[in-house]
Amino acid sequence: MNYLDFEKPIADLEKKIEELNAIRIPENDVLRPEIERLQQRVHELRVSIFSNLTPWQRVQLARHPERPYTLDYIYKICEHFSELHGDRKMSDDKAVVGGFATIDGISVMIIGQQKGRDTKSRQYRNFGMSNPEGYRKALRLMKLAEKFDIPVITLLDTPGAFPGLEAEERGQAEAIAENLREMAVLKVPIVTVVIGEGASGGALGIGMGNEVYMMENTWYSVISPESCSSILWKTWEYKEQAAEALKLTAADLMNLKIIDGIIPEPVGGAHRDYDGAAAALKKQLLESLRRLKKMSAQELVDQRIDKYSNMGVVDETGA
Amino acid sequence: MSWFKRKGSNIVTETPKDMPEGVWVKVPVTGETVHRRELEENAWVCPVSGYHFSMDSKGYFDLLFDSQEYTELFSGIVSADPLSFTDRKPYADRLKEMQKKTGLEDAARVAVGKSRRNDMVVACMDFRFIGGSMGSVVGEKIARAIDYAREHKIPLLIISQSGGARMMEGVLSLMQLAKTSAKLAQLSEAGVPFISLMTNPTTGGVTASYAMLGDFNLGEPGALIGFAGPRVIRQTIGRDLPEGFQTAEYLLEHGFLDFIVPRTQLKSRLAKLLNVLNKKYEQPLQD
Repeated sequence: MNYLDFEKPIADLEKKIEELNAIRIPENDVLRPEIERLQQRVHELRVSIFSNLTPWQRVQLARHPERPYTLDYIYKICEHFSELHGDRKMSDDKAVVGGFATIDGISVMIIGQQKGRDTKSRQYRNFGMSNPEGYRKALRLMKLAEKFDIPVITLLDTPGAFPGLEAEERGQAEAIAENLREMAVLKVPIVTVVIGEGASGGALGIGMGNEVYMMENTWYSVISPESCSSILWKTWEYKEQAAEALKLTAADLMNLKIIDGIIPEPVGGAHRDYDGAAAALKKQLLESLRRLKKMSAQELVDQRIDKYSNMGVVDETGA
Repeated sequence: MSWFKRKGSNIVTETPKDMPEGVWVKVPVTGETVHRRELEENAWVCPVSGYHFSMDSKGYFDLLFDSQEYTELFSGIVSADPLSFTDRKPYADRLKEMQKKTGLEDAARVAVGKSRRNDMVVACMDFRFIGGSMGSVVGEKIARAIDYAREHKIPLLIISQSGGARMMEGVLSLMQLAKTSAKLAQLSEAGVPFISLMTNPTTGGVTASYAMLGDFNLGEPGALIGFAGPRVIRQTIGRDLPEGFQTAEYLLEHGFLDFIVPRTQLKSRLAKLLNVLNKKYEQPLQD
């Protein structure tokens, strides 16, 4: 198991339990209740640590190397998944996956940003950072869904759009901008969920849902805490303060009225219980799909444009 | 010997300058000095080298509108500091300082008037105000400018100069990308022309939303235009960037701009285009 620094007390206890379990203990031994007591203690500790997480700790959880990624969720919650590839212009971006599937029998187009698990697959997925082709592939799939009147689900999990030379050359900004404009007027429902990292325009580029949710231990902001620290504090050292200041947690975005809800994760985070996390995600998706499928194409477009038009807080009393 | 060395002498790190103070002004890159009056009379373009200094919204409004007559729209909107953001100093203080120093309310202004007798809505960003960054105020003003253009069927020009979305308003700044793009989708459906002019520099969230969504994407000569900044890209790929990377000329070559327009020709080039779109030269069809 991979433990984060703030999980150290939990790790220590679990190690102790493991050691005790390694010895063969007779049925009625005094150590038996001791192990049970320790297990109870681990649970309590976990509940207490996870109910008081700082924004920076949430960022760490959102990046946990064992966290479920888009394809993990797709295989847990979908049936009949046909993955589709390519933007038909340039290439197939491996940092974005998508295809038709069903969820409890409802046909959907499900698209998400995909990270890799080990060194090789991380490179293959470019660490979840897509090139312009990823955004164009996603848009192609959304248009395909629109053509067949099938709702779209997008899962966000990226440290950002790839800041590379070729990405610029092939129009990274244009690709994201185009997606935003086209998603605004897509004639089918769009449900968006942040399942890990929601880093800036790179995430938003596939994220203009009629409804937008965040898993409990994720972040979504205009910049990563590290980059914010390096620009505003001129050093990387203030990432924790930056994480506080940016108001990037699910609860913060609820307060700011940017998202429609928070999807609870199992105690200890999504990576401790894939089934539990996937079940919570599925429940929300079904609820949203059933609601949005009742709306007409025009209602969906109007609702989406109104939603984003109302975002922003200004003072109109004058300077 | 130093560890890191620039490979070419022609690689220049440029930070955009405010309109410089003083009577004699040094031109970056060439190093020549030009009299301030000469620059003012030439829309802040160096008459010798053609170097384009940064120009503020007032400069562009005066340049574009006939007899320098225009009506400013949607003034009196200022930031509400929705996150109560503080880094090394409170954002609220930063805003007040900026407002005092620049005389601006935020990093964008909108005006309507006539340019060579064509009606035009112009939304212009100001780089001097926190690097032309886009927070809720800029997003709201751009959105209202788009609505105004759509409702009155008047062509819209947005002049961008921006380092990107404003960090101090966090995710609210990010959502301005979605907001302005959604509004542009409506403008597009209404068939009202939208011209985007990218000036030095246009990067980040502004490029990834309205700046790149013009029916016509124009750039000023030599302007830096991109999504990620050159420093970040250099760090990522671990090598120097090719000469002219992310300049307007480079973007034209890669198909993202329609044309590059020197500032001194901006008004006439826009008129030429709008006259054709407005069908000014069409004779009634004879039976």
